[in-house]
Amino acid sequence: MNPTTPEIVSPPAPGMSFALTEEQQAVREMVRDFAESEIRPIAAAIDESHEFPTATVKKMAELGLMGMFVPDEHGGAGMDYLSYAIAIEELSRVCASHGVIASAHNSLVCYPILAYGNAAQQQKYLTPLARGEHIGAYCLTEPNAGSNAANQQTTAVADGDAFVLNGTKLFVTNAGPAHTLVVYAATDRALGPRGISAFIVEADAPGITKSKKEKKLGIHASDTREIVFSNARVPKENLLGELNKGYTVALATLGGGRIGIAAQALGIAQASLEAAVKYAGERKQFDRVIGEFDAIRHMLADMVIEVDTARLLVYQASWLRDQGRAHIKEASLAKWHASEAATRCAHLAIQVHGGYGYLSEFLVERYWRDARITELYEGTTEVQKMVVAAQLLKEHPVASPA
Amino acid sequence: MDFDLSEDQRLIRDAVRDLCTKEFAPHAERWDREAIVPRDAVTTLAEHGFLGMAIPEEWGGVGYDTRTVAMVIEEIARVSAALAIMISVHNSVGAVPVLRFGNDEQKRRFLPRLVSRELSAFSISEPGAGSDAGQLQATAVRRDGNYLLNGSKNWVTNGEQAGLYLVFARTDKSAGNRGVSAFIVERGAPGLIVGRAEDKMGLRGSDTVSLSFHDLQVPVENRLGAEGDGFRIALGALDVGRIGVAAQSLGVMTAAFAEAVKYAQQREAFGQPLAKIQAIQFKLAEMERRIQCARLLIQRAAWLKDSGQPFAREAAMAKLYGSEAATWVTHQAIQVHGGYGYVKEYAVERYYRDARVMEIYEGTSEIQRLVIARSLLKDGV
Repeated sequence: MNPTTPEIVSPPAPGMSFALTEEQQAVREMVRDFAESEIRPIAAAIDESHEFPTATVKKMAELGLMGMFVPDEHGGAGMDYLSYAIAIEELSRVCASHGVIASAHNSLVCYPILAYGNAAQQQKYLTPLARGEHIGAYCLTEPNAGSNAANQQTTAVADGDAFVLNGTKLFVTNAGPAHTLVVYAATDRALGPRGISAFIVEADAPGITKSKKEKKLGIHASDTREIVFSNARVPKENLLGELNKGYTVALATLGGGRIGIAAQALGIAQASLEAAVKYAGERKQFDRVIGEFDAIRHMLADMVIEVDTARLLVYQASWLRDQGRAHIKEASLAKWHASEAATRCAHLAIQVHGGYGYLSEFLVERYWRDARITELYEGTTEVQKMVVAAQLLKEHPVASPA
Repeated sequence: MDFDLSEDQRLIRDAVRDLCTKEFAPHAERWDREAIVPRDAVTTLAEHGFLGMAIPEEWGGVGYDTRTVAMVIEEIARVSAALAIMISVHNSVGAVPVLRFGNDEQKRRFLPRLVSRELSAFSISEPGAGSDAGQLQATAVRRDGNYLLNGSKNWVTNGEQAGLYLVFARTDKSAGNRGVSAFIVERGAPGLIVGRAEDKMGLRGSDTVSLSFHDLQVPVENRLGAEGDGFRIALGALDVGRIGVAAQSLGVMTAAFAEAVKYAQQREAFGQPLAKIQAIQFKLAEMERRIQCARLLIQRAAWLKDSGQPFAREAAMAKLYGSEAATWVTHQAIQVHGGYGYVKEYAVERYYRDARVMEIYEGTSEIQRLVIARSLLKDGV
């Protein structure tokens, strides 16, 4: 037999499979086409200008990308979570700012209203969000509540038919254009995490002030601001979920949010790898294309392993979420690993490019700046490790001494 | 996507785990300490069909797909990496090439032996041809109905006990890689000298020998594939073998992790169990990350093969990542144990020694990176 004859195999028996469904593949193609044709031409310019990409976000809404896993009856696209992750990956492969705009809006705002909102809240707030008529932003982090998010200093005090909110929220993604905020505040400070509640807040209500845009290392086109609440009155019917159960809402939300950020990081890592492979195949030094040198080849091999393991972890976490199964550990692993993959791949992509990689003209410079945030927001790497370790110790109860 | 084992796979895993725990685990430490090749364990595995797990039922095997074979090797490696490599080599680079490249007559002659009782070995490396396997110097000269083989081979896993050796030798000195052919050599063939078992750092229960051929006669009908096909047969076999080594590395790191978690919960320092200390917790989390990445890479490569898709790049990635993860995880498992981890009484000391070779055999990490990068540059991301 000729060794090149392909092995004849029957379709694989059940068991692990890494095939995407036709629908998931279609989502990838659609978002890739959109990102290449609509976002690619403006990505460098909005990085330079720090401008929120209102026009392309509107087009994303037309494609259903602002309500990806929101069911059709609420104006969404009704995709599964894995398709959502693929879409964020593809957006971020071209522009990480678009990736986080969509991820924060979908994961952190649409999701909790979908999962915890009542029918009236969903009709009033979720439908316009899912259609992209309103932009959503998520207000959890505070000056003294970063990794320790349970340490909420913002208060919400019942007063007649409203809660009165006071406090300061930091690092709010989509803050500038946002109409709908999901805000966490302490309704009973004595109870710690069990005294936190979640609220849907209209951003133009009296007593809410958005500060000016933060200047950031990367994701320049994502609009990040501080939002201050001074006696802002929120109608009682805007309590999201039960009173004092807000921390549960926050944790459930972050499980999905971490997958979104992991997918964003994956997209950046993929873009970095593609750029490095392309450049390594073109650039000549010492009379050879640099891809012939072991030093470069080793970097490329290490990069593709980072990218592929990140993708496998992100899809695994998404799949578990789609199955309605526990995925706290897997989402944290995906976020931790993919974000480190992004920073490492972007770093190596610059190394492959040499001095040119340090110039803004070459895309890898932007990838490197954009990648850095993924190790920080929606839980730093250190917080992800804490989550993973806590889950591991639960999975392996203390053995009796030998 | 489906990240679950099938029901059949779960049953097989539970059965293998049970067998390994009861039959092999009590002896694995002694196999290592006394460098005992566990022939009884091989017989037990043969009785349960594991020598033919990658061979279809029509040839007497049990016909597991590649994902299931990888899972079985991982389970064996959790208990004994030495036993796992014996079975992996036999299946991946011994029996499978005979199935894949053998003619019906060869399959009829050899596969029943391989699935029922005899281990096979793979012999390509030479003293002067390691990573650069294309430099192999052993010659095979055709004379009447035989080939006469001359030369030296080394690093032959299973070499002391194998019934069949898959040997690569040069039939055309001027044709480079295309001048290499593959032969099935039977144990006891005149002119086949089996050297002493090497004294190794780890995998001490696995027999590794050198071979020398002195006018070793191999019948023409024992040539596997056509003349000149040998190098491609070897590379194809190694693609599968790499999934096996990756699975072996996964088993070892999983075992090391289990020991580290257990120790961290039992051992106290600064008035609390180690498991409460963040530095230790983060090590455990890092181990889990690498274990999951390795498992996913292995299962993906195996699934690609099972679906009839190209899988060479992905197998190299699984092997590269898995082996480096195994050395890292076993290293850290010792770190969690402190000085006790350096003592043979604790299993992590063996795991650490066993893991080290995984970055070397069936293609060093450097060769894997070459394979992966070439594929990226040629076939694209």
